[in-house]
Amino acid sequence: MADKPVPLAEKRLMDVKLGELMSWISTKDLSPNGIIAAVRRGHDRYYNKYINVKKGGIGGIAMLLTSYVVLSYIWEYDHIKHDRWRKYH
Amino acid sequence: MMLSFFDQFASPTYLGIPLIALALSLPWILYPTPSNRWLNNRLLTLQAWFINRFTQQLLLPLNIGGHKWAMLFASLMIFLMTLNLLGLLPYTFTPTTQLSLNMGLAVPLWLATVIIGMRNQPTIALGHLLPEGTPAPLIPVLIIIETISLFIRPLALGVRLTANLTAGHLLIQLIATAAFVLFPMMPTVAILTSTVLFLLTLLEVAVAMIQAYVFVLLLSLYLQENV
Repeated sequence: MADKPVPLAEKRLMDVKLGELMSWISTKDLSPNGIIAAVRRGHDRYYNKYINVKKGGIGGIAMLLTSYVVLSYIWEYDHIKHDRWRKYH
Repeated sequence: MMLSFFDQFASPTYLGIPLIALALSLPWILYPTPSNRWLNNRLLTLQAWFINRFTQQLLLPLNIGGHKWAMLFASLMIFLMTLNLLGLLPYTFTPTTQLSLNMGLAVPLWLATVIIGMRNQPTIALGHLLPEGTPAPLIPVLIIIETISLFIRPLALGVRLTANLTAGHLLIQLIATAAFVLFPMMPTVAILTSTVLFLLTLLEVAVAMIQAYVFVLLLSLYLQENV
């Protein structure tokens, strides 16, 4: 038996199909306050899951730092791509 | 295109956003705010312990007037240390290698200590220009020398931080390039170079922390004279 169709705006992110992604984002609150609230929610989820636990390990911070390294790589890619097979550094 | 080893210090921009914005906001994101629970999580406990120890040590020689600067010193120390340490991760950008940032930190803070001294106790502040017990003929020369040394302080603060970090990053890049290039030709030498690289990285970690500490320590000394 098929589920009742849910309106797009009320779907959770994991249930949104790829094709509907842009229209789903457009239904969200994209004002500065809305964005800040979303960032705060994401931060609280991450913090309470990985760091604010009794025996938190290195994993919580390690994930943050790794994502920072990856982000920096993406940022500097245009600059770094010249280094690949240069003869003289 | 002419690329040199100094290109790693150019501020990279992507989609119009400079990486320095992300790098400067990261110390803000990385440290959790203390909660009002009695027993906190491990990260928070470590962080609170470190900040308390450091602030207590730093504020020992300062009198009560200097204690107003406690929060500024603690946050400055954490900020600089985090910036330096994060810069050691691969592909990251270290904002403290930019002289503009370090001078922007050093000059206003130094100027604040001088102005506080001149406003609250001008005689004592000016009296610092002449060390006790100097022979009379030396007094004019010494006043000039001490004035020059007073005005060089912000310059020294900023340039010291910049130069230490820049030199460290450059050395790491140079030795890493040498090890990488040597590896196909002479593996033994490459292993020796890699050992040097490993030791250098350890040194850089130490330098990162020490430089931040020195910066704040000197500021507290300048404050001590003037407050």
